[in-house]
Amino acid sequence: MASRLLRFEDLTLGYDRHPVVHHLGGEVAAGSLLALVGPNGAGKSTLLKAIAGEIAPLGGRIERCGFSRHDVAYLPQHSTLDPTFPITVFDFVAMGLWRRIGPFRGLGKAGRTRVAAALAEVGLSGFEHRPIGSLSGGQLQRTRFARLLLQDAQLILLDEPYSAIDLKTVGELAALIERWHGEGRTVIAVLHDLEHVRGHYPEALLLAREPIARGPTAQVLTAENLFRARQQGEAFDENAPVCERKAAA
Amino acid sequence: MIADWLFAPFVEFGFMRRALVGCLALSLGATPVGVFLILRRMSLAGDAIAHAILPGAAIGYLVAGLSLPAMTAGGMLVGLAVALIAGGIARVTLLREDASLATIYLISLASGVMIVSMRGSNVDLMHVLFGTVLALDDAALTLLAAIASITLVTVALVYRPLVMECCDPAFLKSVGRSSTPVHFMFLVLVVLNLVAGFHALGTLMAVGIMILPAAAARLWVRDVSRLILVAMLVAVLGSVIGLLMSFHASLPAGPAIVLTLGALYVVSLLVGTDGVLARRLGPQWHWSS
Repeated sequence: MASRLLRFEDLTLGYDRHPVVHHLGGEVAAGSLLALVGPNGAGKSTLLKAIAGEIAPLGGRIERCGFSRHDVAYLPQHSTLDPTFPITVFDFVAMGLWRRIGPFRGLGKAGRTRVAAALAEVGLSGFEHRPIGSLSGGQLQRTRFARLLLQDAQLILLDEPYSAIDLKTVGELAALIERWHGEGRTVIAVLHDLEHVRGHYPEALLLAREPIARGPTAQVLTAENLFRARQQGEAFDENAPVCERKAAA
Repeated sequence: MIADWLFAPFVEFGFMRRALVGCLALSLGATPVGVFLILRRMSLAGDAIAHAILPGAAIGYLVAGLSLPAMTAGGMLVGLAVALIAGGIARVTLLREDASLATIYLISLASGVMIVSMRGSNVDLMHVLFGTVLALDDAALTLLAAIASITLVTVALVYRPLVMECCDPAFLKSVGRSSTPVHFMFLVLVVLNLVAGFHALGTLMAVGIMILPAAAARLWVRDVSRLILVAMLVAVLGSVIGLLMSFHASLPAGPAIVLTLGALYVVSLLVGTDGVLARRLGPQWHWSS
């Protein structure tokens, strides 16, 4: 049985003391390829942020087994990347080696080779000297994937990695994610395309502020579960107390 | 004749040589900071912080008169506090950072002028507002040189994380702990250089030698390290021409320098490789892979 990488213990997450995800429990095994699905506002991105250590839980805890928050490669939904910044594709992707080179060490020949290999992997060989501002949305997303590659992380978090990119790019990036999975890395991705999830992700967590279902994708993405998730999302009482369930227990 | 026009003022007059050295120190220290301010889209924040130095310097003036250490310390403390408070207000309220900076800038300017007026004359007020680049003494020059040195060394030390912070702040935050210290160090450098600029150009124009060369350079080059070098060059050129114009045409030195830098910016805006004309008339971008 695969070892445990993450454990959620009665996890409640939110912003400004306003809960978004309630009472999430369970584990993520090392090497999982897990899709996070659910309606808008279900708390999927919030959960990824919490795993990445960007926000602290309002209640409960996340146990990271054998790694720190800085060992995670995280691709947020809303990038803070400034596309007008004067930097080449090569230098941008080389940022992925930060954990190895830090503020002072040079890239060296090995580093340059790795950057070139990462660019080749995402189909951007020959783009090394292009400014990032000259790239299309899909190409920019590929450069971000190349940077993720160089981070060489055991846990990779992807928040809507295919938004605003064409089908060809989606196919290529999906193949890359499957390769990561094949290498034994753990990938957790927030996705909206349920057909894509059914085709590529063996496990899914259906979230609608509370966990609706978790397990093999076919058993999670049933019509009944999806209906429940939609209802839960729409019927949710914004003014409900944070831990009603606990109070009732 | 031209050589006379260019060199005589600096050869013959000590105050011009001092002004030149002061401006060179400012050009070397303030421009890298200006480049990063522009890249982080914080140019107006720099302007607001420059104004925030005024009440600090004014308190120093109130306590010890036109004393360099007192006004420097006051300007540093208040400038830094305001830079942090503005960021804090934006984080804990609905107000965006630009709005909180605008309010602080107005309050700072008014309170600074009020404090100076309580004790000093209009001459003192003009000194604080517009600086005294032609009256820099040894202590002021030492301060300017020290700040330039500290800035260059610090920028060299934090260059890589600073570039990452400007380009993709969330990424730097996710891969290490250097994001917050780098941001804080950068704010300290901004305030330090504005204090240096305040002694030469006054609080109202200190930010000029920081932002204008950086903005001009941005219209010529697309690489951060070259951007810094070109910005330094523009600042040196603007300072020298400004000082000469001031000397030969009996113009106030600070505004002459800032206006020269402004003229260099306008020229860059028009004919720079990324300027208006190049974008309108240059060759079309062709796809190549």
